[in-house]
Amino acid sequence: MSEPAGATVPQVPLWRRPRARGLFYQVLLCVVVGALAWAIAGNVSENLARAKIASGFGFWNVTAGFDISQTLISYSAQASTYGRAFWVGLLNTLLVAVLGIVLATILGFVIGIGRLSQNWLVAKLAGGYVELIRNIPLLLQLLFWYNAVLKALPEIRESIALPGGGYLNNRGLFLPDPHVAGGGTVGLALLAGIVAAIGFGALHDKLGSLGRGAPRAITTVLLILVPPAVAAAVVGVSVAFEFPEMGRFNIRGGLEVLPEFVALLLGLSIYTAAFIAEAVRAGLLAVPKGQTEAASALGLRRGAALRLVIVPQALRVIIPPLTNQYLNLTKNSSLAVAIGYPDLVQIFTGTVLNNTGQAVEVVVITMAVYLSLSLATSALMNWYNAWITPAER
Amino acid sequence: MKPVFVALLAACAALATGASATAATLDNIKARGSLNCGANGQLPGFGMPDAQGIWTGFDVELCRALAAAVFNDPQKVKFVALTAKDRFTALQAGDVDVLIRNTTWTLSRDTQLGLNATAINYFDGQGFIVRKSLKLNSALELNDAAVCVQQGTTTELNLSDYFRANKMRLKSVTFATLDESLKAYDTGRCDAYTTDASQLYGVRLKLAKPEDHVVLPEIVSKEPFSSFVRHGDDQWFDIVRWSLFAMLNAEEFGITKANVDEQAKSDNPEIKRLLGSEGNFGEQLGLTKDWVIRIVKGVGNYGEVFERTIGQGTALKITRGQNALWTKGGLQYAPPVR
Repeated sequence: MSEPAGATVPQVPLWRRPRARGLFYQVLLCVVVGALAWAIAGNVSENLARAKIASGFGFWNVTAGFDISQTLISYSAQASTYGRAFWVGLLNTLLVAVLGIVLATILGFVIGIGRLSQNWLVAKLAGGYVELIRNIPLLLQLLFWYNAVLKALPEIRESIALPGGGYLNNRGLFLPDPHVAGGGTVGLALLAGIVAAIGFGALHDKLGSLGRGAPRAITTVLLILVPPAVAAAVVGVSVAFEFPEMGRFNIRGGLEVLPEFVALLLGLSIYTAAFIAEAVRAGLLAVPKGQTEAASALGLRRGAALRLVIVPQALRVIIPPLTNQYLNLTKNSSLAVAIGYPDLVQIFTGTVLNNTGQAVEVVVITMAVYLSLSLATSALMNWYNAWITPAER
Repeated sequence: MKPVFVALLAACAALATGASATAATLDNIKARGSLNCGANGQLPGFGMPDAQGIWTGFDVELCRALAAAVFNDPQKVKFVALTAKDRFTALQAGDVDVLIRNTTWTLSRDTQLGLNATAINYFDGQGFIVRKSLKLNSALELNDAAVCVQQGTTTELNLSDYFRANKMRLKSVTFATLDESLKAYDTGRCDAYTTDASQLYGVRLKLAKPEDHVVLPEIVSKEPFSSFVRHGDDQWFDIVRWSLFAMLNAEEFGITKANVDEQAKSDNPEIKRLLGSEGNFGEQLGLTKDWVIRIVKGVGNYGEVFERTIGQGTALKITRGQNALWTKGGLQYAPPVR
């Protein structure tokens, strides 16, 4: 044996190696969790079968047979399936959640910054808003908005005629519906322009400046306006409005905004904005006072100091709680069921569940949807947070 | 690690074998000392707590009749208020022993939900209520109307069917509970409110100005109301079914709350069998010999319950109509006790 000493690995038994042991327990845990899930699923399906309760996902392709008051995609009671009703509900949920997030963010930032204002009245008003709104249960607020919206507006036969051919009454807001020929191309071009403008703005911020040749405001406007203008010139666009008309009972035609939708959107935005305002205030206060002083020493006005120095640093503190509020808003939108807005929960875990009787499948699907929405939102916000974090030097 | 693993395995085993032994519903009720009855909670005349919190109504009395048959005490009922959309899940999950809540008997409810309808306790049909100021004479004039409706009901489905069949355009607005959908109609969100005809009279009383509203003449569907029980317990199914038949038979033979003791001495063999002085029909059901006496003493016969809760003497003033006994030109017919 001429092997150098120390080259041989001491023969440790497999079960005493930390790595192997760790792996073993991990696998064991996975197997146990898997077995448990399997047992639960088997148990559920066996018990459902024994109780003669229908199971499986066959109901997905069965004709729904009920009407829905707001549909973003084509839907009819006689021709559409429960699966289609699910998508209608999901889109309605997404619509109110996305618009709610946008409104709540704008309102929340305004209130949050307002709370730190040096103007006594503005600060107190913003403080009062936060204390009032976040201490009243959301459900009560929704009922308040719904009944306030419904009762304050006139009956259909006394509709308020809006300039431009619209109507407002307690059945909702009815607006002329623009049917744009060739609108798709222009819309795509507009979208491309906006994306380009956002990209430009981001680069501009990140790099400080793109040399001398690209002033921010003008470039942004041009980037947004030029592509659709070019597209319109090439394709040719004509706009025809479909005007709402007063029928025997209701207003037919046009673009209809349901009062249920307005109440839910208002309620969710106003409620969540109070929490966002607090997150914003906390974020702004977390930036050391020295930063403000340094900014003013450099000659920046308060607005500019806020935009260029304070907010970028505050965002790092604001984003995580802001994400929470976005998730809350999305989940809270399921309270729509109380005021008759046809969201996912109302349609799917309401009518579809009741008509099919398949509680397990329907509830599992709904939970999976909310889980996916939440995880997607949070992933997006984490990515954004990482992206805006200023480079540490 | 080891104890945890063992516990998990035990849990698996328990899950795999557990829940296979479903105890008889009747035994559970007796052990609990009260009947859990799924009721409406918002519907005048059928199921609603009054100002003192005492439950009243036609469906409620049928629950009490069951409690009377089991415990000889019609008050041993715990009422659980259920919305239309939650009612079946509550029964499936065992939260209630029986669902007596103006629920229409349909094929899919018999086959898909793991439930069984026991017998028709009320024959109904769907109608519409509208404002008098609209000056409507028929539901066929409702083209383009906005209609408020309660979610998860056969009403919701019939509404779509009716408008579709008559080539009318519909804007339905649905809510989870009766009160919400009715309030929306009352505030003018909808032109019409639709539900079963029996309810229209009751809910009309809940409107701000009942006299401003009128029920349209059309009955657009068949709505046979039945009690529902879980699939798989035939004994309890029989008890729920026959407690209704007992009340119908009692009415047919003129046995009332007031004269039941006297009738128990009757020589009529049919009455003797019904009231338990001949045969052991009560025992066959798992109850006592005097089960019908208990029911009639507790709540009265079918006709008495009808008149007391929804009949001419009440605010609803519903006539017997199809719900009269077969001997009086109606549809209510109970098989014989023998």
